[in-house]
Amino acid sequence: MTSFLQQAFNGLVSGGFYALLALGLAVIFGMLHVVNFAHGAIYMLGAFGAVALQDTAGLGFWWALLLVPLTAALAGMVLERLFIHRLAALDPLYNFLLTFGIALVCQDLLRMKYGAQSRPYDEGPFPGSVDLGPFDYPAYQVFVLGAAAVVCLAVWLLLTRTRIGTVVRASTERPELTRALGIDTGRWVTPVFGFGVALAALAGVLAAPMRAVNSGMGADLIIAVFAVVVIGGLGSIPGAVVAGFAIGMLQALGNLYVPVLSQTSVFVLMAVVLLVRPAGLFGKEEHAL
Amino acid sequence: MGHTWSKAAVATAAVVAGSLLAGCGGGGPGSGGGKISDDGITLGVLTDLSGVYAELAGEDAVTAVEMAVADFEKKHGDDAVTDDIDVISADHQNKPDVANTRARNMYEREKADAVFDVPTSSAALAVANVAEQSQKLYFNIGAATTELTGESCNPYTYAWAYDTYMLANGTGTEVTRQGGESWYLIYPDYAFGQDMEKEFSTAIEEAGGEVVGKDPTPFPNDNFSTFLLKASAKKPAPAVLGTLQAGGDLVNVVKQYQQFKLKEKGIQLAIGLMFDTDIKAIGQDKLAGTMFTSAWFWNVDEESREWAERFREEAGTWPTFDHAANYSAATHYLEAVQRAGTDDPEEVNKELEGMEFDDFFARNAEVRAADHRVVHDAYLARVKDPADSETAGDFTEKVETIPADKAFGPPSPDCSMS
Repeated sequence: MTSFLQQAFNGLVSGGFYALLALGLAVIFGMLHVVNFAHGAIYMLGAFGAVALQDTAGLGFWWALLLVPLTAALAGMVLERLFIHRLAALDPLYNFLLTFGIALVCQDLLRMKYGAQSRPYDEGPFPGSVDLGPFDYPAYQVFVLGAAAVVCLAVWLLLTRTRIGTVVRASTERPELTRALGIDTGRWVTPVFGFGVALAALAGVLAAPMRAVNSGMGADLIIAVFAVVVIGGLGSIPGAVVAGFAIGMLQALGNLYVPVLSQTSVFVLMAVVLLVRPAGLFGKEEHAL
Repeated sequence: MGHTWSKAAVATAAVVAGSLLAGCGGGGPGSGGGKISDDGITLGVLTDLSGVYAELAGEDAVTAVEMAVADFEKKHGDDAVTDDIDVISADHQNKPDVANTRARNMYEREKADAVFDVPTSSAALAVANVAEQSQKLYFNIGAATTELTGESCNPYTYAWAYDTYMLANGTGTEVTRQGGESWYLIYPDYAFGQDMEKEFSTAIEEAGGEVVGKDPTPFPNDNFSTFLLKASAKKPAPAVLGTLQAGGDLVNVVKQYQQFKLKEKGIQLAIGLMFDTDIKAIGQDKLAGTMFTSAWFWNVDEESREWAERFREEAGTWPTFDHAANYSAATHYLEAVQRAGTDDPEEVNKELEGMEFDDFFARNAEVRAADHRVVHDAYLARVKDPADSETAGDFTEKVETIPADKAFGPPSPDCSMS
């Protein structure tokens, strides 16, 4: 039982990363109808940002946690204005290819500079363990889980309890109607993109003390995140979060009982969800317009 | 808003393209130039120029082979068997199919007389196969599988540097003898990892130890907590966690090993394969004291240091054992051609087979005729405490020398050269 609980907890920590990344993807897809392929690359850049701050300016984890997502948000907004915006009216494929290309460029630029090897990063805050009752757990990883949960909850409250949130949700779900009510939906597109990007960068900073920081780290992770988004329902915010944590648990428990299948299980689940409920667990079935 | 794409289609495409993204690496150019056998010698370095092994092998492996050529030319001057020696290189992206095509291209179109390096076992096996078909020589440096000198051995393939037997026999045996008798092994679930797991289990059991648990881990993987907790939940707790992961996965294991405080719980870490580049990536302080087996390291003795200094002037970085072994193999190949007076592989083989030699990389070495395995001294090593390092990049200290006849296994009965 203890090992089951421990593994479930492991799964929640992994799930925290999935949820943060999937949440960013969901927000961006909801508002812009862009599947942001550069999301994994931004996660990777977030982690590299933390390493760069440490190496060049001697700024530690907390500074990185503040500065990196802010910088990412700004860069994301510039990117949206300069490129993504211009392709918005065209077939979604164009933005597919654009973000895909951006991801490759980021990955290869870092590989050129640093090679494919990982970069060292300090241990991060909270070096000790926390007593969770039946077992001890690394304090830093408990913090990561807490941070992911708080961010997800905050986004949820932001979207449901504030006027900005209402506007964003309205522009996501019924853009024409929202515009007809005199609300300028266009002005929210850029900040929402920046926000989604910042979430990915935040996940990257959180990963730096506990995971290998290298140019491939985003590409490896993002496949699972896309599966999470599909399972949760593309564009669905609660879907992204719930599926993120659920997939994390599924993988961890899979590793415990059937290690061979733990990676595949995510995609099997995705295939089943697509067959039974093509819009995902939380997605709304879309009717032809 | 007419969405012509259903969400499901978009989503599926997203996952498919995501997988492509992960698989994408930079393509590498093949270098031009090549001579007919009689006019000159062409050495081809087929290596990873863009991926995870690009630092431990890569461009610097090419530099090592170029150094060997320059030294050979300087040594023999006008008496050299030819004054036209070329070095060409290509990127095999660690993929067997790419390695296969590039090796064929090197041998047949660019007229390479010998191919060097080829990290990644599956790629190396593909190249060994091409070498046999083309009847040209291949000196494996970067790949660890014992299959190259076992079932897949052939008269055109040599294994110069190391193999999984050497790694397991060094670390597995020695750590067990020093009291680490119960092991928990975690290994990446592909050819190299499975090979390593078998060799380690055998070595540990032969040394009187026991493998109390083992888990294949997904590859690549960024969360090893499941396996770390499984290992520490064992009753009684294992004395050693043996990690056979490489590259980024190894970094993940070490970071999380520390967060989960396994060391404090009395579970020591042993690493199956580690290069200086890995120590740099993880941080020397985090690994201080960790034992591993190495075919060579640059600070092992005076002669090695001298060569390493020269290499550093050329490459700007300290050499790994892959670089040193590429230099050693290229040098002995050229010397064999010099002695034979021809680059005909059959004649060169006669020079190399059974040859005993001693250079800075390969101490007390012999090229075994039976399986073309080069046996030489290996080193049980330990990561230095940063305070003990003489210069930046001085990561490793020798615990003991494993003599050549113990470092490698006997010729495999599965190997038949004819």
